[in-house]
Amino acid sequence: MKPSFDILIVGIGGQGTVLASNVIGEACIIENRSVRSAETHGMAQRGGSVESHIRVDGKFGSLITPGTADLLIAFDLLEALRYRHYLPEGGRLVVNRHLVVPTSVYQQELAVPDEESILAALSDLDVTCIDAAGLAEEAGSSLSQNIVMLGAASGDIPLRPETLEEAMRRCVPPKTVAVNAKAFRLGRAAGGRGASAP
Amino acid sequence: MAVRYLLGNEGIAHACLEANIDFASGYPGTPSSEVVDVLRMQKDRPLTVEWSTNEKVAFENALAAAWCGLRTLCTMKHVGLNVAADPLMTSAYTGVTGGFVVLSADDPFAHSSQNEQDTRRYAHFARLPCLDPASVQEAHDMMRDAFTLSEEFGLPVLFRPTTRICHSKGDVAIGPIGTDHRTAVFHGDPNQYVVIPAHTRRLHKALNAKQPAIRKRLVELGYNRHTVRGRTAVVASGVAAAYVQEVLPDDVSLAVIGAYPIDEAWLKSFVDQHEKVLVIEELAPVVEEAVRQVATTTEVFGKMTGTVPYEGEFTPATVAAAMQGAGIPPTVVFPEATPVPGVPPRPPILCAGCMHRSTFYAMRKVFRDGIFPSDIGCYTLGLQLGAVDTTICMGASITIGSGIARSGEERPVVCTIGDSTFLHTGIPGLVNAVYNGSDMVVVILDNRITAMTGHQPNPNTGVTATGVESVPVSLETICKSCGVAWVETVDPYDLPLLLETFREAKERSGVRVIIAKQPCVITARRSGIRRKPYAVDTERCTGCGACRSFGCPAIAFTGKNATITDLCAGCGVCADICPSGAIGKEGRP
Repeated sequence: MKPSFDILIVGIGGQGTVLASNVIGEACIIENRSVRSAETHGMAQRGGSVESHIRVDGKFGSLITPGTADLLIAFDLLEALRYRHYLPEGGRLVVNRHLVVPTSVYQQELAVPDEESILAALSDLDVTCIDAAGLAEEAGSSLSQNIVMLGAASGDIPLRPETLEEAMRRCVPPKTVAVNAKAFRLGRAAGGRGASAP
Repeated sequence: MAVRYLLGNEGIAHACLEANIDFASGYPGTPSSEVVDVLRMQKDRPLTVEWSTNEKVAFENALAAAWCGLRTLCTMKHVGLNVAADPLMTSAYTGVTGGFVVLSADDPFAHSSQNEQDTRRYAHFARLPCLDPASVQEAHDMMRDAFTLSEEFGLPVLFRPTTRICHSKGDVAIGPIGTDHRTAVFHGDPNQYVVIPAHTRRLHKALNAKQPAIRKRLVELGYNRHTVRGRTAVVASGVAAAYVQEVLPDDVSLAVIGAYPIDEAWLKSFVDQHEKVLVIEELAPVVEEAVRQVATTTEVFGKMTGTVPYEGEFTPATVAAAMQGAGIPPTVVFPEATPVPGVPPRPPILCAGCMHRSTFYAMRKVFRDGIFPSDIGCYTLGLQLGAVDTTICMGASITIGSGIARSGEERPVVCTIGDSTFLHTGIPGLVNAVYNGSDMVVVILDNRITAMTGHQPNPNTGVTATGVESVPVSLETICKSCGVAWVETVDPYDLPLLLETFREAKERSGVRVIIAKQPCVITARRSGIRRKPYAVDTERCTGCGACRSFGCPAIAFTGKNATITDLCAGCGVCADICPSGAIGKEGRP
């Protein structure tokens, strides 16, 4: 049996992947469990593709090996495609129905990727697609999309939802706790795993 | 004791506070920057913290504080240690009285760096102890104890975390913040602090004489440790040791190297107990060379046998493959997993509204046949815009530029350098270019901050590391005092004026300086500056593609026609570029 539950969160620099992974890390501390994680810093953050590795109950290194992740959370469809090889066959993907076309596509006149073809290329996985922008607006701020995504994936994460919510409260700016709490619950209800909307 | 979820660099900074540190300096550089960022923002322990103008300056300031008896930290990235190498080498001779730890963070895979050099080589070169943690917890614990080690031997201690230590997080057990403070006193002793030949010859002997005791002590401290479990063994160092433990079978011995120099007798006794040893370490074969020196009949696998890569960052899969290559089957066989081919790349890119983009655009528009040496910073991303022809190290834009200009190459030379980089090592190159009569344009990209490493203040910002107001340096005055006759400051958001300034520069000769001045768009947003976004009038857009070449991430295309997305920061430069006048504030051209 794998000793850790390995989560890869991917997105674009500036989307809040690090905050989402911080919530999971804090939740591990609250539940007295070991955790290892790795983040992208420095130049790569400037609008580039970013990844956060989080290994719940991890005791060794922080990096997840391709083909062995237990859960992939993608904040962008194209990033889901870029990192899908981290999942085993039929692995679990929670993805934001959102696509930012990289500027490189226009600059180098590459074929513009579209939502339908990306979803088709992901369809052999166990996929849940989330309208994070819509749910974040409903929660009260488009900035809460990362917490919507975390909520949506929370049913797959072996941490108690109330722990994740408490960790979220510790990680987000105090003024945004109410909005983010709503974002988490809306996301959790939309994620459809072990979710009973409060 | 408390357990917290900490970034490696946060754990390292906390360890310094536990160890009663009184002085810290550094120059920002990924992956090292957050250590001083934490120390300068924290309120739990009063101490002197500075962002220095470069690593040599930082090192010498910290060394002086250690000579005054304080516990002192100096931080930088690996290539920064090249800049600080001059004082480093001789500080091993002079030694220190207060504990002095020099953190030099290595970057395997060059995630944010220009090379993959190995700080452990410097430690060997300077004959200084070097600590090489394998985990975030160990980084914390080693840093906490490093000051004592430094004081025990009267030597600076090199501390070498790698990117996956600095930027990994984990549950870290931390201790209480120290409450002892020392009073700085300089006890003058020319025999120690004035390295004239007569003194330095004696100091060199004293340094060499310390080595056997250092090697022994590092084993006693448990930094170098082993467990014998069979006839084959893996020897691993740094974060690679963590990956090894993830896949190591129960009947294979393990030695973990966390500190240098390695005690030969200790290492030999371990190696001699095995028929076969595999050495796994990132970057240079430092441990492998030591193992090969002591091995007699034991077969040694590593980089030199082609079993372990010399380059890049390792993962558990790299380690498992190396073990298989050495005939030591790992406990886990990782699946074949290859990325989906043909996914469009998403490299980092200059932000929407970044002042560098318009400066590069105007530079290339006016100097169509120009040669563009550049430097280290966000603006290195100008490579994507065809605006960067060379980048080698901090401050090398002006020097490479003047060298090209003075070599007889006839195309015009226009170099770009950020404000922080200019203050770091750019100024001597400018003095040299003027003195020797170079014919070139120097563009200082002045965004008032050290942006790429996380927006650290510099002498141009008007505030110190700890938030105390300071007099911002005048880049204009510096350039003029270097002898530059023509210095123009321009707002890069004003494209017509920017183009005119470049054209005027083109008409002149000698060293000409353009200072493109506008706050970093990220700091501007954080300080509450909001500009109205722009939009495209679809009726007027002809799909000519003029804005495409600008390369702004806020401009997207539906077929040929441009649209502006919600990334728009409102700089308005694209409105000046559009030949059809189709772009305007909120869609009103």
